[in-house]
This record gives sequence, structure tokens and C-alpha cells, in this order.
Amino acid sequence: MTTEAKTLRDVAVGDCATVARLTGEGAIKRRIMDMGLTKGTEVCVRKVAPLGDPIEVTVRGFELSLRKDEAANVLVN
Amino acid sequence: MGINIALVGNPNCGKTTLFNDLTGANQYTGNWPGVTVEKKTGKYKRNREVSIVDLPGIYSLSPYTPEEIVTRDYLMSGDANVVVNIVDGTNLERNLYLTTQVIDLGLPVVLALNMMDLVEKNGDRIDIDRLSQDLGCKIVEISALKSRGTEELLKAAEEAAASGAPAATKMHFTDDVEAAINKVIDLLGDKVPANKARWFAIKALEDEKLTLGKLDLSADQTAKLDAIRASLEEAEDDDAESIITNERYDMITDVCEAGVKKSAKGMTTTQKIDRVITNRILGIPIFIVIMALVYYISVSTVGTIATDWANDGVFGDGWLYTNTEQYEEAVGAWEESVAAAEDDGASETVLAALAEEEPDPAEFGLWHPGIPVVVEEWLTSIDCAPWVQSLIIDGILAGVGAVLGFVPQLIVLFLLLSILEGCGYMARVAFVMDRIFRRFGLSGKSFIPMLIASGCGVPAVMATKTIENEKDRRMTVMTTTMIPCGAKLPIIALVFGALAGGFYEGTWWVAPLFYFLGLAAIIISCIMLKKLKAFAGDAAPFIMELPQYHLPTIKNVLLSTWERVKAYIVKAGTIIFLSSVVIWFLLNFGIYEGAFGLLDPEIENYYQYSLMAGLGNLLAWIFAPLGFGNWEGAVTSITGLVAKENVVATVGIITSLGEVGEDDPTMWLAFAEMMGGTTVAIMAFCVFNLLCAPCFAAMGTIRNQMRSAKWTWAAIGYMCGFAWVVALMIYQIGGLVTGEVAFNFWTIIAFLFLAAILFQLFRPMPKYNKDENEKAQAQLNAEGSAA
Repeated sequence: MTTEAKTLRDVAVGDCATVARLTGEGAIKRRIMDMGLTKGTEVCVRKVAPLGDPIEVTVRGFELSLRKDEAANVLVN
Repeated sequence: MGINIALVGNPNCGKTTLFNDLTGANQYTGNWPGVTVEKKTGKYKRNREVSIVDLPGIYSLSPYTPEEIVTRDYLMSGDANVVVNIVDGTNLERNLYLTTQVIDLGLPVVLALNMMDLVEKNGDRIDIDRLSQDLGCKIVEISALKSRGTEELLKAAEEAAASGAPAATKMHFTDDVEAAINKVIDLLGDKVPANKARWFAIKALEDEKLTLGKLDLSADQTAKLDAIRASLEEAEDDDAESIITNERYDMITDVCEAGVKKSAKGMTTTQKIDRVITNRILGIPIFIVIMALVYYISVSTVGTIATDWANDGVFGDGWLYTNTEQYEEAVGAWEESVAAAEDDGASETVLAALAEEEPDPAEFGLWHPGIPVVVEEWLTSIDCAPWVQSLIIDGILAGVGAVLGFVPQLIVLFLLLSILEGCGYMARVAFVMDRIFRRFGLSGKSFIPMLIASGCGVPAVMATKTIENEKDRRMTVMTTTMIPCGAKLPIIALVFGALAGGFYEGTWWVAPLFYFLGLAAIIISCIMLKKLKAFAGDAAPFIMELPQYHLPTIKNVLLSTWERVKAYIVKAGTIIFLSSVVIWFLLNFGIYEGAFGLLDPEIENYYQYSLMAGLGNLLAWIFAPLGFGNWEGAVTSITGLVAKENVVATVGIITSLGEVGEDDPTMWLAFAEMMGGTTVAIMAFCVFNLLCAPCFAAMGTIRNQMRSAKWTWAAIGYMCGFAWVVALMIYQIGGLVTGEVAFNFWTIIAFLFLAAILFQLFRPMPKYNKDENEKAQAQLNAEGSAA
């Protein structure tokens, strides 16, 4: 896995992307998957919080908030 | 025969609302994921044979959070005859993800499709029959809020329990995953019950340590299991846990594509509101305005009026509703005539006659006497012994009254917070504040308890329940009560009066200053604690659902307010009641002229002979380095540890001023004199009392939340130790600067502490052995599941 791979963190506000794969392990990875960010799912970045972190995304029809560090575990196409 | 129905569902899906509707119980719910943490049991209101168990809201049956473990353990225990899975129809895909796991447990399942009214409003259509066939369980449409369909749901659940047939789902994973699962089922053989074989096989395949530990497989079986997993992982190019999770969502996507028609729609209302509320530029100003408004209404205006009424009216002399101006003029005139008579050296009989002429407020308008007045009149009328009267009026009524007097203000504060919670704003607060809190090792979720702590520490510590991460929760419990609660405000008023000789209400920046100091203490504490081994580790995930906005229901707002106010009232009724009696006893009994007994209040400064003074003398050495090492300072701080409401009252008793209150200039002078008159000693006293462990009631709540004696004592010890060190630094170093304290042994200690704190604040994050960290985490999990 190259470090240049595009992650959810790099998706611009207002843009959408498809989840390709999850990196990381344990509780955080499982939590991201449990919330529906699985392979092939479309995810749209809605906004960034006023202080620059976390971000808000829409996935499977609901609003989810996650930190940029966590979003970096989600590789997207 | 009695049956047990387990309610399972995502956070915020309407589970607790349904539970309340079915049982008639009054649990409060919040539009804030994760309000229920423990399981609660109630009886179905139409059939007492049916027990309903409300389990915590979860997104998955993974083994990572205490909520998930509580739910899993209950479902695996075999107590539940049927599982009612509540599914939010407006958020079907994510909700069904949990359903696919529940179905694997091999229990009878009924699906309650909630919020159908909203689904219809959105123009979506769900093919119930189709969905029911695919999932293999009965589906009942309900609206828990409007209690529609709930009777039908219960009937379906009872039937499912009676038949005992587990859900027969048509959904299945792709062929190679199913093949791997079947191989594991064969491998496990009779190690697991037949109806749960699929569940155990999936968990074993996912390599879930919690389940594998319980299965106790032989080395041979483990090797075979690892081989099955390895070949699957190689074929699918992913780890087994991800494969299974992906497959579950893929199955759901297929089912939903077949059975759900979504209307094409633009932005939802929630998205429109959020465009403004959590806007990049407006988000923080809006947050500040809302918080200022809450503070202004509950503390400055409505709350103060209500508290004045309760303190002066209900637990004071009484309250005059009308014609107060005329009454006050009459009292002023009367006071002048008394003062003039005293100046003239009038005889006692003349003064007594004048005292009789004191204007009676009852003659001026609508008036009700305070409880102490009524009780005193009644006690006098039945010829009650003076010491009993003193115990009841000065001990119990004064102590409990001081606490209950805050109830109106708390009601206002908690009403407002409940409205914010109910409509969904609190989750946005966490979203907006997370960045700040993460800097010192907490998450945005820690902000809510701190907000509530500005009212009372007891419900604040209870509110830490919604923080999922154990370390974060413990750290929040340990620091949240450093925010000045309502009971600490009189201390601030007293200290400010003694230092500046002014009313603090008239000086707008005083109260915010102390909130800022509290916040600073929390930040410093968190940065220091985070570098300790017990709290070190990666930041807890902040992957949180932002629930849809909706109007809070009146019932829910009232329930949530009542729940929190009740915690406060119970504290007054039990702990404060007992401690009032004990404090009264310690203050009124003592050794005078060689004999132990009830002290006569006629003796000059009789309190110096009391047991309390003895206790104060015994402990004064602790406070000597802080500048208030006399028994008066020690006693005041001890009673403050019991309850902060006692501090001002104790100062009143010790200085023989009685109930003059914190905003009386004579009290300020007496207090300054008691503290030895130095500014730094008064500051040190104030800081110690604001930062140390809040009160017995909060300590009891901390015990409940920590569920561990070790952690409770760690929390209390940290708070008191930190308060002592900060007070020491203020007195010694501050005194050195102002010239009020000479350089001495304790000055060196104070500088050493300062150096230690600065070191801990600025040193880089120490690296702890990763293995040990994992071991500690495993232990935490084990404790969590045991609790």
C-alpha cells in the first residue's frame, strides 16, 4: 500500500467518493465499518467543523462525524 | 408463563421511547446517541407476566464498547425469550446491519419498524412483506412516539416467543464465505449449542479474541481454524473481520434495492439547519450565543429570581409578593427608630417594646412565611427543648434548605439543557468543540458534563455515561467538577467581597473569571493525566452519528429535567440531612470547663470549645502551608468537603454572625479577619475549596460511575491533592511576590511542585511499552464486561 493513496481525508468538501479499502486495525477500523463505510460505498464530504476538524460526511443516507485522522484510514477511489 | 422480551436497536432509534410506552415507566431519552448504558427492566403494562428489557443502543455486536458487551452478554445468557429489534425506518441500511447480527444469535426475532410516519412523510416506500421474507422474521410498523402499533408488536413478540422458532433468514453471504463458515461449524462440533453455532463460527472466523477465549479450542482446532481463515483472507484479499462486515452490508444493499423505494429528494431539513448551525464561520458564534443565553436565563435572570424566592422565601423568613416597596419603607423607618433609641441609651424595656413594633409583612400584602418561621413557631408552641429547636432550625433546616434553595435555578438550567439535548443540538456541540478538547486528550463529548457541572456536579458526573471510551470517561469524571457549580457561587461572592469589598453581582467579570479558572484547571489536569500510564494511548475514536433534528417532546424534556433535579434533591434529603446533623452536633457539643456536654450559646465564642474546633485543630497542619492553618479555616474546608453549601454557613456560625449571607459586608470583614487578613491566604482558601472534591453526594456519584474503589479514591485524591498544590503555590509564591509571606521551607516545596507541573505539561508524550498498553486495555475490557 503506497502512502500516496487517496483517503477520505483528501476528499474536498462537497465532493463524493467510493470507499476502496480500510487501513488500520482494531476498534477504530471496526467502528468505521460498523457505521457503514465499507468497500464500494459512496460517501460525500459535507463540511469541516469550524475549527478545522472533525469532518461531516453523508453515508448510507445519514450524517456521520469523524476526525480527519480517522478519515485517513479510509482509502477511496 | 412469564416471558422476557429484549429490546435491541441502534442508538437514537426510539428504543427508550418504546420501552416507556410499553412499561409506562419514565426513563428519559435524549436526541443524543447513547443515553441508555445499563440495561433496564420493566413489566409490560397490559400483562405483568411479560418483562421488557431495555438494552443499550448499539450499532453492532462487536466486542469493543461496554454497551456492546452488556447487550451481547444478555442476549447470549439465554434469559431472553424473544428479541424485539427496533429499526429506524428513515435509516434502514445502517439499522439492518445490526439486525443481520442479531439474527445470527439463533433467537426468535421480531422487527419493529419505527418512525414510519417520517418515512411516509419523506415519500419513501418500504415493501414490508418482501423485507419480512428476506429477513425471515415478522415485521410490525410502529410509531413509538405516537404509541401506534405497539400493542400489535407485543402480540407478535409473544407469539414468536411461544413458538420459539429462530429467525429463518434467506439472506446469506457469498458462497466461499458460507463455505468457510460451514467448515468452522463442523470444526466446533458440539462445543457450542446448535442454534448458536453460526454465531460462534462467524466470531471464530473473525478471530475475535473475546469469543475464542471462551471457546477454549485445542491446539489442533486452533491450527485448523487459522488455516480456514488464512485461505479465505487470501481469496478475498482482505482480513476476515472486514470480509464479514462488507458481506453484511452487501446483503443489506441487495435487500434494500429490492424492497425499498426512496423518493428522489434534495437536501433534508437537518442538512439545511446544519448548514447554518455548524457553519464554518457561524458555528462558534452561534454556540457562544446559545451558551450565553442558557447561562443568562438560568443563572442571571429567571434562575436568580427563583432561587431568591426559595432561599429567602421558602427557607428564609418569608416572601412578600405585593406592596414590597411600602413594606421596605416601613422597615427602614422602624430600623431608624431602633437605632436612634440605641444611640440615646434607651433601657432594655424600651428596646423590647420597640422590637414588638417591627412591621409585619403579612399586613402589607400577599405574604407567606418561610418554613423555618412556621416550624419555629410550632416548636415554641409545643414547648420543645431549646437544643432540639436549635438542631432542627439551625442544623437540619439551615443545611437542607441551603441545598434545596438551588432547586429552582437547577430546574431552569436543566430544562434548557434538556431542550438542547432533545432537539439534537448537543451532538453538534460535540462536533464543534471536539478540536479543542482533543488537544488535551478528551473528545467533544466531554463538553456536555462540564456544561451540566455549572449547575450541579451530581448530574454532571452521571452525564459522563455517554462517553464511550473508558479512559476518556474516567478523566472527565475526575475533572468535570472543577467547573464552579451553583453551590460554589456563594463562596466566590464571599471571597470577592472580602478581597474587593464589593458585590460580585455588580462586577460582571467575576463569575466568568472563575469559570475560566475552572476550565484552566481541567485543561492542565487533562494534559498532565494524559501522560500518565493509566491514561496514555491513542485518542479514542470520534466516529459519531449526527442525529436528525426534531422538536423535543414536552414529556421527554420534563423527564430529563426531573431525573437530574431528582439526583440533586435525593442528595439534599440523605447526605446533606445526615451531615447537617453531624456538623450541628460537632459544633454544639464540646468540653467547657472540664465537662463534656451541650455548649451554652450564651458563652462568649462558644464554638472554640466545640468538638469541631478540636477536629479543626487536629487537621489545621494540613492547611498551614496554604495560609489558613487555624481551626476555623480547617473546619470550613472540612464542612466544604461534605457540601460546598456549608462553607458560607460555617463561616457565619464561626464568626458568630449567623445567617447574614455571603453578600453582607460584615461577613466579608469577619471572613477576612478569620483568614488572617492576607489577600493570598483568602485566594488560596478560595482556590482550594473550588478545586477539591466537590461534596459527599458527588463523591458517591463518582463511585457509581467508576465502579471501582481504586478509581474513586484516585479521583478524590487527585482533586484534593491538585487543589492543595495549587493553593500552596498561590499562597507561597504569590505571597513572596506581594511580600505578604516570607521565604520559608514551603516556598521551596511550592517551587518544586511548580517545576513538576511544568515538566509534566511540557515534556513530550512518554512512550509506554505497547504490549503493556494492550494488556491494560484488555484488563479494562474485562473489568467492563464484569461490571
